[in-house]
Amino acid sequence: MSIDTETVEKIARLARIKVTDTEKEKYSKELNNIIEWIEMLKDVDTDGIEPLTSVVDMTLYMREDEITDGNIQEKVLMNAPETAEGFFVVPKVLE
Amino acid sequence: MTELIQGETGTWEMVIGLEIHAQVTSNSKLFSGAATAFGASPNSQVSLVDAAMPGMLPVINEYCVEQAVRTGLALNAKINLTSVFERKNYFYADLPQGYQISQFETPIVGEGSIEIDLADGSTKTVEIERLHLEQDAGKSLHDQHPSKSYVDLNRSGNALMEIVSKPDLRSADEVASYVSKIRAILRYLGSCDGNMDEGSMRCDVNLSIRRPNDELGTRTEIKNMNSIRFIKQAIAYEASRQIDIIESGDKVVQETRLFDTVTGETRSMRSKEDANDYRYFPDPDLLPLVIEQSFVDAINDNMPELPDEKKHRYINDYGMNAYDASVLIAEKSRAEYFEIVVKNRDAKLATNWLTTELLGALKKAEKDIEDSPVSAEQLGGLIELISNNTISGRIAKEVFAEMFETSADAITIVEEKGLKQVTDTGAIEAIVDEVLADNPDKIEQYKSGKDKLFGFFVGQVMKKSQGKANPAMVNQLLQDKLK
Repeated sequence: MSIDTETVEKIARLARIKVTDTEKEKYSKELNNIIEWIEMLKDVDTDGIEPLTSVVDMTLYMREDEITDGNIQEKVLMNAPETAEGFFVVPKVLE
Repeated sequence: MTELIQGETGTWEMVIGLEIHAQVTSNSKLFSGAATAFGASPNSQVSLVDAAMPGMLPVINEYCVEQAVRTGLALNAKINLTSVFERKNYFYADLPQGYQISQFETPIVGEGSIEIDLADGSTKTVEIERLHLEQDAGKSLHDQHPSKSYVDLNRSGNALMEIVSKPDLRSADEVASYVSKIRAILRYLGSCDGNMDEGSMRCDVNLSIRRPNDELGTRTEIKNMNSIRFIKQAIAYEASRQIDIIESGDKVVQETRLFDTVTGETRSMRSKEDANDYRYFPDPDLLPLVIEQSFVDAINDNMPELPDEKKHRYINDYGMNAYDASVLIAEKSRAEYFEIVVKNRDAKLATNWLTTELLGALKKAEKDIEDSPVSAEQLGGLIELISNNTISGRIAKEVFAEMFETSADAITIVEEKGLKQVTDTGAIEAIVDEVLADNPDKIEQYKSGKDKLFGFFVGQVMKKSQGKANPAMVNQLLQDKLK
């Protein structure tokens, strides 16, 4: 697998990160290095081995269906650049 | 019933699959302890988890897991004891995390099937692909400001069950029947309130067209439908739009569309070709969800009677036809009402009075059965009066109208208005004799072969008795006397 500049551009767009043409070249090389390094893992024979989902021997903890949180409108909105009547206000996002 | 559409170049059939989003009736959210009630003031039911503050960790709500399993069992589906939560990555103003926690490769519920009721009383099996648990997004309001959107995160993090059907549906009516059946199942279970107006049940419609039984065509997805009437309109519009495109030599573009309730048209929603690149990966904040078979068994042991079981029981136990049965089971409250009416009473009368008189009157008055002015016990009382010949069916209709008006008991109305059926042979005979004496010419005509006049005599007697004479006795007496 190799990451060309077009792929860099695509994943940057998906992550909403702006990259210049020089950066695209640079990241393409860096990402390829990382991927090449990781590809060493392909040499390991993993036939018949269950995927490891966690390194701790635990299953998902479940909580009771109780209301224990919320009612902190002020805190929730504290970092918002703009608010009105308890809402977050953002540039219009109509599709 | 496949409904074929006539195009310019031949016939087409539509192929439809549905994704139904049903909000779990939990008190708190799927991964946080904030409340879920509808209509709270903006951002008041938001925890720091729902607002996606850095470092906050999701903890799953056991009730939501339980309801997903119950719903899966009701859909006759396979329950996966191990399922995995994944992140579905996309950016939108009402999605603070930048991803939705959902299930992708390993959902909690696998394949199943349900039965839907068609207008002609027949049924069709619709296969279910899967049911998975996921978070709802927040809500954006676009009409509060000319250049801004207002965001309320109260809905953010609510638990949704997404129920995905296979592309088994072939007409708008089948889709309507499928949505109604899923809604009924959810409401019988109580796992979702099925309230489409408040958005606790929403639906995405995947539709393509093809020549009958040909290969599948390219589909479009119509998002976020919350009324059965609009779903039917959107399907009709979208099918004819696709037919026009193909018949004019173009290709249908696979895309997401929105239904405009004002114009009745669908329009393209997202055009960027990589908008659907969600880069799913297992959520590192959540371990795989592992449940025990005993957990599933305990739920299975406590399942309520479901719509289709009820339907089959009504058909078998009460000799009901499939259509009436499907009408009665369509709403849980309706079935509950019926079961009170029918208890120790004539099933056929109970069915007819409920499906025609009561439902008709409720519809006219725009009332739900929960708000019926005539209670189930009261309707049962009326039926008893018919069964034991206290009143005739015709008088019963009058009594019912009065009951619907005043919420009085049937027997009270009958007694107050003196509507009791006359079953005293002497009294009826007197009226019969009177009628015969008044119409010697008609008797002549009858005896010379005009059999139809028998109805005239019955009518006259009933009229004279103000409808109170027992019709069977009137018939018998007239027959005897006209011999």
